[in-house]
Amino acid sequence: MDNTKRYERLRERYMNGGIDRRSFLGLIGAAGLAYGVQTPFARHALAATEQVRFDGWGGVVSEAFRKHAFDPYTKASGIKVVDGTFGGGDEFLSRVKASQPGEYNIAHLSGVFDYARYHGLGLSSTLNEKNIPNLANVIPKLVDVFRKVTDGSLSCVPYDYGTTGLAYNRKYISDEEMKEKGAKILLDARFKGKIAGWSDWRTRIWYASLQTGQDPNGATDMDAIWDALRTHRDLLLKYWSSGAELMSLLAEEEIYVTEAWSGRVHALQQQGHDIGYMDPPNGFGWQECLFVIKGSPMEPCEELLNFMLAKETSIAVAEGQSYPPALDPTKVELGEIIPTLPAFDPTGTLDGLTFADPAYWNGNEQKWSKAFSRIQKGY
Amino acid sequence: MSLEEREARQPVLLLTPAITAVGLLLVVPLGFILVYSFWLRTATGADQAGFFLDNWREALSDPFYRDILLNTLKIAAVTTIVCALTGYPAAYFIARSRGNKALLLLLLMLPFWISYIIRTMSWINILGASGAVNSGLMALGLISEPLPMLYNEATVVLGLVHFLLPFMVLNVFVSLDGIDATLEDAACSLGATRWRSFLEVTLPLSLPGLAAGGLLCFVLAAGTYITPIVLGGPSDAMFANLVFEAIITQLDWPMGSALSLMLLAVLGALVLLYNHFLGMAQLMKGLS
Repeated sequence: MDNTKRYERLRERYMNGGIDRRSFLGLIGAAGLAYGVQTPFARHALAATEQVRFDGWGGVVSEAFRKHAFDPYTKASGIKVVDGTFGGGDEFLSRVKASQPGEYNIAHLSGVFDYARYHGLGLSSTLNEKNIPNLANVIPKLVDVFRKVTDGSLSCVPYDYGTTGLAYNRKYISDEEMKEKGAKILLDARFKGKIAGWSDWRTRIWYASLQTGQDPNGATDMDAIWDALRTHRDLLLKYWSSGAELMSLLAEEEIYVTEAWSGRVHALQQQGHDIGYMDPPNGFGWQECLFVIKGSPMEPCEELLNFMLAKETSIAVAEGQSYPPALDPTKVELGEIIPTLPAFDPTGTLDGLTFADPAYWNGNEQKWSKAFSRIQKGY
Repeated sequence: MSLEEREARQPVLLLTPAITAVGLLLVVPLGFILVYSFWLRTATGADQAGFFLDNWREALSDPFYRDILLNTLKIAAVTTIVCALTGYPAAYFIARSRGNKALLLLLLMLPFWISYIIRTMSWINILGASGAVNSGLMALGLISEPLPMLYNEATVVLGLVHFLLPFMVLNVFVSLDGIDATLEDAACSLGATRWRSFLEVTLPLSLPGLAAGGLLCFVLAAGTYITPIVLGGPSDAMFANLVFEAIITQLDWPMGSALSLMLLAVLGALVLLYNHFLGMAQLMKGLS
């Protein structure tokens, strides 16, 4: 809210008899004094809120955000959105840790475990939900899991969801074979040198849990998991580390099968590549949120979040990045394309997806990320 | 102030900006890294300040780190040798060419105008399953299926050679260019063959340049982490990848600091060794 609007509201209250003349003049005088004192510094502060920094996953996702959300928002509000990219949540967290408060504002984080990690490191903020009325249209289940982490308040708004399933080249692997083998296809020696995998330790351990018949949110036989990871590594062409690399490996037929992000595979299919996608039982479901980092200018950030949650923006971004929006399909009409996206749940309950338990994954993060790093390098 | 006093002060005054820059941008950050290496990472990812030797104990005693360090030194050594073998003839050709040296040197510098990452990734389009080489061989009917040429240690070395070769060529060129070409003619006039005059006259005189180029290539190769990520397979990681992972992926800045200082110590020892036997003057000459 700008100063003119504040003054008009105060004047309206005075005209309506909400405050007496003495208080009105007193408040005007105090505002004038405060303005006089802080003017040299206010210029910098106002300049800072003329832009908001947004960091996301790059590629088709960033393109969709830029085209369907940031540019229209800047046009409507005058606030510039500077967007940066990262290859993973860990990498971005390291950058934020090294930065000054306010340097990074909004991040497109994946998973509740990342939300919990940021909160654990004191990087969460408290959103004023009154400034984000469109939050009411979001699937309640997606909002509630975040509230639990931050004691009822929110430092983010859920924005989209998807899965990390199995992508395969139909020229070499049939749909039937995929259904039969599921996650174990990644350990099939027949495809040695044509298998890839994300270098993210969580995804690797999740899929190793599936391959060893264990609960991905509560594995008990870790030795079996390390063995499965080693078997997978020995059959691997390479670990990919970004969505662009994943798409390149699949499109160039360097690999025939890998686990992959649903939206990226959909983008490949749209480009005409005959790439199949399936979520094995207990496949990795995740939700992404727009997280406001502590020290950010809250009002412009909340305004941007509300703009991005508007039906038109959400649908346009979702269609652009190929991930279903967090909007509740029982409350909001999502059009014709969204229901065709991979992982879309028309009920809005998301009961068919298995999400990562933040306590389980964050509790083992230090030990497992290190263990995977060694296995990854041949140990 | 006397003239002598003013002259005595001049070096200090002239060196002050450089010393300040080195102090602020190198020594102070290095001090921070040293302090960090004695801290600990807690389960939440926050750092615990203090004086703990845990990181150093792990870095120095764990065979995992030792093996990857040795592998890194091996890859750097192979890269340096390949750079020397391929760079020397190129440098010799440039140094002995007449009239078009400037153009050849400009061509040598051309790759620096393109980002190192893009240059590295270009190999995917050359050696990939649907890259130029495989497509060409298949079009000629020489192979029926693409050959697996990417994502192994050989492609890591190839990527590093591609990146570092100009450094080697420039250093050797500077050395060769300073050698009087008539010395070879003199050797020939005394009965030596062209090859013998090269082996006995030119090569020994150009060794300082070769050594300077070798040192640069080795140090830069040993510190790289992009090339193994882009062109390496699952077990082609280099030591800098461990530093990157500790700091970025595992958020373990204290361990990452200890590992980076370990690499610095190894490479620093190598530079000191070089300085002891050959001196830094040739290196400066090559860089200028």
